Amino acid sequence: MDLFTMEFFQRALIGGALIAVTAPLMGLFLVLRRLAMIGDTLSHVSIAGVALGFLVGVYPIAVGLLFAVAASFVIEKLRKTYRTYAELSLAIIMSGGVALASILFTLGKGFNLDPNSYWFGSIYTLDDADLLVIAAVTAIVLAVVGLNRKALFLLSFDEDAAAVGGLPVRFFNVMISILTALVISAAIKIVGALLVSALLTVPAACSLALSRSFKQAVAIVVIVGEAAVLAGLWIAGVWNLAPGGTVVLLLILLLIASLTVRTRMARV
Amino acid sequence: MTAVQTVPAITETQLNCHPEIIALDRVSFSFGNKPVLSDLSFRIRERDFVGLIGPNGAGKSTLLRLIVGLLKPDAGSIELFGKPADRFKDRHFIGYVPQRSNFNPLFPATVREVVLSGLYGRKKLFRGLSREDQARCDDALRAMHIEDLGDKRIGALSGGQQQRVFLARALISGPKLLILDEPMSGVDAETQANFFHLIRHLHQKHVITFLMVSHDMEMVRSYLGREPKETAGKLSFYVRHSHETEDCAETDLLHTIRKEG
Repeated sequence: MDLFTMEFFQRALIGGALIAVTAPLMGLFLVLRRLAMIGDTLSHVSIAGVALGFLVGVYPIAVGLLFAVAASFVIEKLRKTYRTYAELSLAIIMSGGVALASILFTLGKGFNLDPNSYWFGSIYTLDDADLLVIAAVTAIVLAVVGLNRKALFLLSFDEDAAAVGGLPVRFFNVMISILTALVISAAIKIVGALLVSALLTVPAACSLALSRSFKQAVAIVVIVGEAAVLAGLWIAGVWNLAPGGTVVLLLILLLIASLTVRTRMARV
Repeated sequence: MTAVQTVPAITETQLNCHPEIIALDRVSFSFGNKPVLSDLSFRIRERDFVGLIGPNGAGKSTLLRLIVGLLKPDAGSIELFGKPADRFKDRHFIGYVPQRSNFNPLFPATVREVVLSGLYGRKKLFRGLSREDQARCDDALRAMHIEDLGDKRIGALSGGQQQRVFLARALISGPKLLILDEPMSGVDAETQANFFHLIRHLHQKHVITFLMVSHDMEMVRSYLGREPKETAGKLSFYVRHSHETEDCAETDLLHTIRKEG
């Protein structure tokens, strides 16, 4: 049987290919701003929204998105309160999200609700609406990042200099959080809430090891993301493995390869 | 590169005619109930070189943040180029050299990308980089003698080279005020001396006003004199005005660096 002619697999490839551009791209900015854990936090909160969506009968991804956006505002607020301990705000919000999700999932036991498909992803069940959401998110993220690439670079490199230069730093911080929330909500069905943050952070880790310029860094995160997602889906399909887990393990293999290449380069 | 022109010596009246770049009027600021600055008044005129000296915790960084509008004073007023600091719009007038320790050495960016980011003010945010921007970057690199390092990753440079990169970034927009926040920290004495030499040259040959925060007394005193012009709490302000310069008719700020259009 040929996997590639099956519609569910084609959908998975399209959805995966789109997310493999936006998730690593946003992840790069997050990692550079030392907010690598924000992806994990937002995805856990988003899951609570997904559960609520099921309970009240609203498109779950949309409710998840709303939750993630709300959480990103709260994080920004807490980040200001605990200036030097930014990661504290992430830990608090993350546990809050998981707690809420677990209660909502328990309430929804009578319904036809499968928590596993959101914690671990269910890329083979993408429907037209999901693909449409993913495509829209990809378009929005690429447009906004493309237009604001200078500001995003400056903000990631030196927030103080950006502020002295008159950049509305808070506005951009919130913008990054909202874009991240968008990407995560769209990515949850693909790799699952537990593994989303790997798709955000591991490509960035590879690119930090390999790239010399910012341009290269952007190119490398997208290449690594695409390679891992497309190859991962194919391998998972052929050997009947969990797609999300396969993608993430491939990402980690790519990271090990990048680090090896870097050591080689350093020796030359 | 450019012809040196002679200019008549500056008289006392002309000196006083220099516009005020920074004016602090009875400024007070506190974090919570811990006062950091109280009732501070100070004026910085065009072409002054102000060394702001004080021990850690004396409020140096707070004062800088107030001046550039990152913080708001509890009382008093701060003016930049004659306008209230919080409503000051011509941000490209200010060049800012941060503490070197604030940046991550693993950051993936070339020297060129970092220097060009000095042009990413609010005005041209959405536009791409023009050929003129690239030329200005070449000039800034050349002026700092780091033209060979343009394609190197910023983290791969030595501390002294990084300082020059940050200075190039601050100078690329042709600033009228250069703010340096502890630029000498974390580099060896010889590198410090070279860097200070460069700064001194900029002060003497260009229409740039300097505000430098430092806890290194020696370097500052050797240029700005033994006695502070003013003290406030634990902060001391050392000032030297530069106008005995020979080529001050030169209007281009960095000889060759093009002015912000």
